[in-house]
Amino acid sequence: MLRLINFAHSEIFMIGVFASLFAMHALGIDAGDPARTGLALGASLLVVMVVAMVASGLTAVIMERVAYRPLRRRGAPRLAALITAVGISLFLQELFAIRYGREVLGFPRLMEKRQLFELGGANVRTDKVLVLVSALLLMLALDRFVARTRLGRGIRATAQDAETASLMGVNIDRVIMLTFLLGGLLAGAAGTLYGVFFEAARYNIGFLPGIKAFTAAVLGGIGNIRGALAGGLLLGLLENWGSAVLGGEWKDVFAFTVLVLVLMFRPTGLLGESLGRARA
Amino acid sequence: MLLELEDVKVHYGKVEALKSMSLHVDEGEIVTLVGSNGAGKTTTLKTISGLRPVTSGSVRFDGRAISGLAPHQIVRLGLCQSPEGRGVFPGMTVMENLEMGAYARAGRSRPDLGPDLERVFALFPLLAERRSQPGGTLSGGEQQMLAIGRALMARPRMVLLDEPSMGLAPMLVAQIFEILAEINRQGTTLLLVEQNAAQALRLAHRAYVLETGRVVRSAAAATLLDDESVKSAYLGGDATAGAEADGAPGPPV
Repeated sequence: MLRLINFAHSEIFMIGVFASLFAMHALGIDAGDPARTGLALGASLLVVMVVAMVASGLTAVIMERVAYRPLRRRGAPRLAALITAVGISLFLQELFAIRYGREVLGFPRLMEKRQLFELGGANVRTDKVLVLVSALLLMLALDRFVARTRLGRGIRATAQDAETASLMGVNIDRVIMLTFLLGGLLAGAAGTLYGVFFEAARYNIGFLPGIKAFTAAVLGGIGNIRGALAGGLLLGLLENWGSAVLGGEWKDVFAFTVLVLVLMFRPTGLLGESLGRARA
Repeated sequence: MLLELEDVKVHYGKVEALKSMSLHVDEGEIVTLVGSNGAGKTTTLKTISGLRPVTSGSVRFDGRAISGLAPHQIVRLGLCQSPEGRGVFPGMTVMENLEMGAYARAGRSRPDLGPDLERVFALFPLLAERRSQPGGTLSGGEQQMLAIGRALMARPRMVLLDEPSMGLAPMLVAQIFEILAEINRQGTTLLLVEQNAAQALRLAHRAYVLETGRVVRSAAAATLLDDESVKSAYLGGDATAGAEADGAPGPPV
């Protein structure tokens, strides 16, 4: 929204994954435990997700406060913010690497991963349904929030024209902080889903999802939430189609090729940039 | 005195954009700032609305010093700016743009915007027709109407207008100026910056002539309109163009 991609968002996500892991430990969920079901599963998932969201949200807010806000106040060029993001990213990665080692940390199995049914040759597993449903609910909530609430309007107005937004009575600093908080909360929730699905945490775990999220956003058109959703789905389909044709080890190559191609031929994304088109 | 600037200095880096700006606007007036490019007209407005920090001097609104406040705080006092280049949010509909105008008013509870929307739509019937159209798809004149209407949504006591006639056809300019006169009659004080000095002087009660960051003349608008030196410097000898816009109000009551 600020014409700024927070490349350290990967690490906010990573912290969400770690926070989920620690929350599970704190709840006494251990590797040997039988998988939970029903209410117990729902309750522990919810607690873990809230902990992860709070951890990631706070990280994002602190990041904005100590790193981005001072830069903005000084009217620093965008490149400075970008380099800062890379710096924060490395700092957080190494911090977690030193503290928790460079090896993969396993997650206890929280839920039974049972096949529900087959759909056109694809097996639909419980955890996949969980991830899909949660992700859709979060996207829907975000979309409604940004479209309907006063703060959501403030965020959109700030993204489109910060100076005019301030003339309308929008407190820019506050809106930016809340935007970071919102992004952090969502990254935290994604961290929990990632943890439950892949059952692994590592200091550099955010890197690939981060790049892919960026690819999805670019694909859909930066600054366009629905576009990002469509971009994400499209990227996932392309990846899986690519790995089916070329083999699984080409999956990530495929994602980056898409990124490069989109940036080269259609930098405004497939759905175009909905903002700033009429900017004088 | 509703608005008062006293010996205000503003810098862009090391460049002194406003050297010693002193002016005032009384409640109910229309005051205009005329001057060539770079005279400091836009800077003056941006300084009043809090977008530019003041180096020294004081800005007072309704007796209260506002020079240290952030723009969003100043709006809440009832001093609203319709920015240069219109500043319509392109990705938002006309309705959403208008709702943004009331952003400063929306406290804890959702305010009822009905009467305000009615007022804006009465002034600009075109906006009512276009209410669900994105702001970016409006024509220049429609965007200007939207920008003015949006400023009114804040129920301001005073509106700062930066170049409302910019890039518009003469017919539209006349129409917009008539509406500005009407808004003033309804009780809103206006401070207007205009390239189109002839038009602005016909609308305004008083005017300040700005040169390189300071006021060089201050007089009743009608006086300046007839002044030979002002005519040659700012009116381009074309003071009769658009004379049909005689909706200019009398002196404030």
